[in-house]
Amino acid sequence: MRVALMVPCYADALEPETGIATLQLLRRLGIDVDYPVDQTCCSQPMVNAGFHEDAKATQAHFVDTFAGYDYIVAPSNSCVRNVRENLTAVEQTDRTREVRSRIVELVEFLHDVLQVEDFPWAEFPHKVTYHDSCSSIRFLKSSSMSELREEPYSKPLALLSRVRGIEIEQTKRPDECCGFGGTFSVLEPATSVKMGQDKVADHSSTGATHVVSGDGSCTMHLNSCARRLGLPMKFLHIAQVLNGDRG
Amino acid sequence: MSLNHHLRHAEAASPEAIPDQQPREPQPRGAKVHGNHPVDHDEAAARFIAAPHHEHMHDSRLWDLRQQRDAQMHGIEEWEELREHASRVKSHTLANLGDYLEQFTAAAQANGVHVHWARDAAEHNQIVHSIMSDHGARSLIKSKSMLTEECGFREYMAGVGIEVIETDLGERIQQLDDEPPSHIVVPATHKLRTDVAQVFARTLGTDPNNSEVHYLAEQQREKTRPLILQADVGMTGANFAIAENGAIAVCTNEGNADLSANVPPLHIASIGIEKIIPRVADLGVFIRLLSRSALGSPITQYTSHFRGPRPGAEMHFVMVDNGRSERLGDETFWSSLKCIRCSACMNTCPVFRRSGGLSYGATYSGPIGLILDPTMNRRKYSKLPYASTLNGSCTNVCPVKINIHEQIFEWRKVMASEHQPAVAERAMMKAAGVVLSNPRAYRAAVAGADRALRVLPQFAVDIPLNPWATPGRETPQAPRETFHEWYRRTDGGRIDTELPASGEDGSGTEEDQG
Ligand code: SF4
Repeated sequence: MRVALMVPCYADALEPETGIATLQLLRRLGIDVDYPVDQTCCSQPMVNAGFHEDAKATQAHFVDTFAGYDYIVAPSNSCVRNVRENLTAVEQTDRTREVRSRIVELVEFLHDVLQVEDFPWAEFPHKVTYHDSCSSIRFLKSSSMSELREEPYSKPLALLSRVRGIEIEQTKRPDECCGFGGTFSVLEPATSVKMGQDKVADHSSTGATHVVSGDGSCTMHLNSCARRLGLPMKFLHIAQVLNGDRG
Repeated sequence: MSLNHHLRHAEAASPEAIPDQQPREPQPRGAKVHGNHPVDHDEAAARFIAAPHHEHMHDSRLWDLRQQRDAQMHGIEEWEELREHASRVKSHTLANLGDYLEQFTAAAQANGVHVHWARDAAEHNQIVHSIMSDHGARSLIKSKSMLTEECGFREYMAGVGIEVIETDLGERIQQLDDEPPSHIVVPATHKLRTDVAQVFARTLGTDPNNSEVHYLAEQQREKTRPLILQADVGMTGANFAIAENGAIAVCTNEGNADLSANVPPLHIASIGIEKIIPRVADLGVFIRLLSRSALGSPITQYTSHFRGPRPGAEMHFVMVDNGRSERLGDETFWSSLKCIRCSACMNTCPVFRRSGGLSYGATYSGPIGLILDPTMNRRKYSKLPYASTLNGSCTNVCPVKINIHEQIFEWRKVMASEHQPAVAERAMMKAAGVVLSNPRAYRAAVAGADRALRVLPQFAVDIPLNPWATPGRETPQAPRETFHEWYRRTDGGRIDTELPASGEDGSGTEEDQG
C-alpha cells in the first residue's frame, strides 16, 4: 500500500506537531508513509473565495505531486473536502480523478480503511471536548448532524474512546460552526470572532481542559479566541492524542 | 403569530426585558444602504454584535426555534422522505410552470377571480393601485407578505397617498418603526420588548416603561382595530397556489389573513409565480413541513384557503414575476425558486443569528437571501455570498432540499469572475495562485514560521494587515520551525533529535533547500 502524507499548508507552517504526530502514528500502525516534499497547498484559499481560475496551477501541481498513491492521507477535513469536491478548475483527466478519489482524511483512514481497534500506546488523563468541524460532519459525514433525522454516530469519538484515561464531555451545540470558514474569518471578522468566542465558551463550560479536533484551522481560530478571553484551554489535534501525546 | 398562544409565539416569547438596564441598550440599526453600492454586511454585523443584549437574545431565541424544529423532525419518522418528496414536487412544478400557471389561471377565473400579471415590482404596485382607483378605495389592510416587501409596496402606496396598515403584530411593529422585516417569519425578532415599548410609545402613545407583552399587544390592537374595520381593501400574500382548483392557501399564526380577506369587500392577493403546486393533495406535504421547519410547531395556527369572492365582494390575484422566470432559466440558481419561505435556514445559520436580519440590507436575509439577492442586483449584493462560512447547515434543514451552501459557493465564483470584488483582492488571489503552485516560491514564502504567519492567512484575501489582529482574537503563536523544516532536519523523524520547543530562538533552523 503506497500512502502519501499531505500536510495542509497552515499545519505545515503553524502546527507542525500535527504533521509529526500523523506521520508517527501512521508508522506505529505499520504504514510506510511518503511525504512528497514538493507539496504546497490544496488550493482552498482561492477556491473558497471564488477565484477558480487562479487555483488552476495550484490544483495541477497538487495532482502532479500526489498522483500514483493508493491513499493520500491528510489530517484536515476541509482540505480533503476541497480536493474531493472542488478540484474542478484543473482538467479532469484520469489522474485528476484518481487523486480526488484517493484522498482520505486521517480519521476516515484510521476508522474506515485501517479499522484500528486499539491504540495501546495512547493515554490521555484529561477531560476533553471534541471539536467536530463542519467539513467533518456535513461533508465527510464522519459524525451525524443534528439537522438530519439520523442515528447519532461519531467516527472520531469512536477512535478517541479507545484511548486510556480520556473523559469526553459534550458541548451544548456540538455541530455549531466555529466561525473560521477561511475567507469568512477575514472578510467578516466581527461575526467570525463572535462565533469563535461563543464556541470556546461552550467548550469551556463543560469543564473540559482540552479541546481535541481533527481540523487544525478551526482550533487555530478557537485558540486565538480563547487566549483573548483568558481561557486556559489547550487545543490538540486528534492525531496527537491517538499518537500518545499526554497533553 | 398568535398572542393567546404566547408560549410558543416566537415574538411574544421574547425573553425578559432587561431589568433596570441603565442606560437602555439602543436597538442596533441595519446595514447602511447607499443606492447600488455593495452592502457591507460585516459593518452592520459588528454594530449588532456590539449590542450584547440584542445579539444574545437574537441568537438564543432563534436557536430555540431551531431546537424545537429538531424535536418536531424527530417526531416524524418519514421526515427525510417528506423533504425529498416536497423537493420533487417543486422541481416538477417548476419544470412545467407555464402549464400549471395556465391551469391555475383558468381555474381561478372560473371561480370568479380576476387574475392579473405583473412583470416586475413596479407593475405589481401599479396594478394594485389601479384596482383600488377603480373602486375609489383609499385604505388597505395587509397581512404580512415578503413579496410586497420585495416590491417596495408600502413606500409606493405612501407615495400615492394610500394608507397601508399591517395586521401582523411583528410586521406592524416594523411598519411603525419604519424598518423592513428582519426575518421572513418573525419580522421583529431582532427587537427586545423594551425596543417595542419605545416604538409604541413614540407612535401609539403608550407607556414607554411598560414592556409587558400583553399590554403592548393589547394597546396595538385597540389602536389598529378601528382602522382595520374601516379599510376598503384587504391584501394577503399566498403560501401556495393550487393549479388544480385555482385556490390559494395562506398560513398565518394570528389569523390576520382571514381578517384582511374577509373584512373589506375587496381582496387582493399578491402571488409569486413560483408558489404554484399542482394539486390539493400536494398541499399536505408542504403544510406538514412548513411550520415544523419554521417555528418548530406541528402546524401553523391558521391555514386559510381562498377560492373565490364571497357574494357581493371581489377577489383579485396579482401574479408576479419580478425576475423569477429569468432565474428559472438559470442552470445553477433556478432551484432557489423551490423556497417555501419557512426560515429554517435563517434560524440555523450561525451568521444570521449573530448578525441580525437587517445587516444584510436586503428583503431576503440569511442563507436564502445570499442566493436570492444577487439575482436581483449583482453589484449591490456582491459581498453577501461571503457572509457565510459554507458550513452547510442551511442545506440540511431546508425542507425542500435546496443546495443553499453550494449556490452560495457558486455565487462567489460568479462574483470573482465578474470582477465584483476589489481589484486588490483579485491581485492578491493571482499572486497566491502563483506562489502556491510553485514549491520553491512557496517554501521561500513560508520559510521561518513567523513569515508564514504573515503570509498564510493573508494570501486568502485582500487584507493588507495581519487578519488575526482583530479585536477579540489573538495572533497564533508561531512554532519554531515548519513541518517541512522538521522533516528535512530529522529526515522525517528518522534522525533522533529533539523537536525544539516553540518560542525558543530560531538558531537551530536549517535553511531549506527545496
Ligand atoms: S431556502 Fe429552504 S430553509 Fe430557507 S426559507 Fe427557503 S425553504 Fe426554508
